[in-house]
Amino acid sequence: MKTKLPLTLMIIMAILGLTGYFMPHPTVDTLNTYLRNTLLRIISAFALILGLGNLIQHHVKRIEKKGANWRQSYTLLAGLIVTAIIGLFGGVSGDGMLPTQVGNFKYDVQTLYMQVLNPLGSTMFALLAFYMASAAYRSFRAKNFLSVLLLASAFIVMLGQVPFGYLISPSIPDFSQWIMGVPNTASKRGIELGVTLGALATSLKILTGIERSWMGGGS
Amino acid sequence: MKRILLALLVLGTAAAAASAQEALSPEVEETGPAPPAKVAARDTPNDAGNSVTVSWAAVPGVVRYRIERAGADGEFSELDFAGSVATSYVDQAAATGTAYRYRVVALFAGGGEAVSGPTSAVASSPQWFNSYLTGVALAIVLFVGTIVYFVRRAKRGEHLFVRRIAGLEAVDEAVGRATEMGRPILFVSGTGYIESIGTIAALNVLGQVAKKTAEYGTKLAVPNCDPVVFTVSREVVKGAYTEAGHPDAYDPNSVSFLVENRLSYSAAVSGILVREQPAANFFLGPFGGESLILAETGSTTGAIQISGTDSTTQLPFFVVACDYTLMGEELYAASAYLSREPLMLGALKGEDWGKFIFMVILTLGTIISLAAGIDVGKILSTTGY
Repeated sequence: MKTKLPLTLMIIMAILGLTGYFMPHPTVDTLNTYLRNTLLRIISAFALILGLGNLIQHHVKRIEKKGANWRQSYTLLAGLIVTAIIGLFGGVSGDGMLPTQVGNFKYDVQTLYMQVLNPLGSTMFALLAFYMASAAYRSFRAKNFLSVLLLASAFIVMLGQVPFGYLISPSIPDFSQWIMGVPNTASKRGIELGVTLGALATSLKILTGIERSWMGGGS
Repeated sequence: MKRILLALLVLGTAAAAASAQEALSPEVEETGPAPPAKVAARDTPNDAGNSVTVSWAAVPGVVRYRIERAGADGEFSELDFAGSVATSYVDQAAATGTAYRYRVVALFAGGGEAVSGPTSAVASSPQWFNSYLTGVALAIVLFVGTIVYFVRRAKRGEHLFVRRIAGLEAVDEAVGRATEMGRPILFVSGTGYIESIGTIAALNVLGQVAKKTAEYGTKLAVPNCDPVVFTVSREVVKGAYTEAGHPDAYDPNSVSFLVENRLSYSAAVSGILVREQPAANFFLGPFGGESLILAETGSTTGAIQISGTDSTTQLPFFVVACDYTLMGEELYAASAYLSREPLMLGALKGEDWGKFIFMVILTLGTIISLAAGIDVGKILSTTGY
């Protein structure tokens, strides 16, 4: 029963989703939209509560046990509680009952998102440039024929992206475009074709109950 | 006599004027603008209703067309305009079940216009099946048929050869290494949502990896960035430990929810990688730009790294930063490969044959299309794609 119920529910939902693709009738569309939007939102909301509960529980335990870097858990919990209070009582852009401005200093959720979370996210994203450089340094080593091919292609493509490449030879940018447009696109499309058909096959395996690993391999 | 002559003159002038007037009308009909011909209206096929398609034959010299519609009262009123090259118009404001008649007015430079005759009354209705997708439905049936055939062969106990996938062969090595070193295994099931097939494929692999960690008694850490994926991951790991016969070894804290923001998530996982120093890292599922942040940080810790994604733009990052990478569909095949269950292997084999058939059809279609100069895009556009 523990396995059969989720499996049956999944098969019913999957069949509904699949028929929705082939059946344009508003009855089917309304049902699918309801399942996709309304039910999934409800599930997401409950899952978020579970997720938050897990996060709080994990950090409370860490503080209790005084595990590694346990003081940082205070920062996380304090940030979580303060943001939740500001969001719940101060409104998204300071239109709630809680005052979210002292002089020129604003601390509503919108401001926190724009002025704190976004710059921090951008900082993380900026690290990508350095990670790319270190990954490129490691991978562009001419160890065998394939790695030489990779190195040469990368070198030409990089040269083709900067004016210096054109200065060396006007045909470098064209060659760079050819590498990106022909061999690169061809291999990418090959992978994408496999991914699409693989996704279809995986969906069918799940739909028919052959693939059950998502239930912890329960049979 | 004079009166008679005057009367005759008046009559003659009137008759001449009348005949001139009569002659003028046919002259306008002959030399003036012609109305749109072959005007027809039909219920738009394969849709959800509320739509009628009006078509007509092109009129030379037209500036644009005015489409007029008449409802139950029979009075025609302006509906919309169509450009000079248009020969059809889709009325998406037609109420389902209500009969309408249409006429098309050709508008010319200088203000001239020619009105077509009205169409017969037509009502819009929704369809239960989109016939444009018959080919897709047949392809799915063919695909399912191939899978069923190979599953049956597998059930009969036939040996089915599956090519070696290095990344999946290394799973045992990775788990064994972590066990020997007494360090945890980190499993990241992508940064996508549960709707993504890549996430589901990653969770399938998680089930297999969790079974191995349960058998070896290795610590497992599964941080998640989506709350729904988190709850499913937890059930998957719990189920895998039970399946492996070690339900007591399951640690609920091994599966955790971190944060929904992807960049914050990559920062948090990077922190775990540096602090916990896992011996093996699995990065499987859909990823965005954070893939390289995670893989490079993991690489600096010296862990054995197995990655796999169906996001083609992230594959190069994983290839350079990880020891093994599952490319695209290999991720989907991973669960069957690891479990080695005959049923799953049969499905995998059928899947491969199905893909082979599709590839042959695509290649033949491309060759025929190129050789015969057939515009496939044009054909598809007429069938609703």
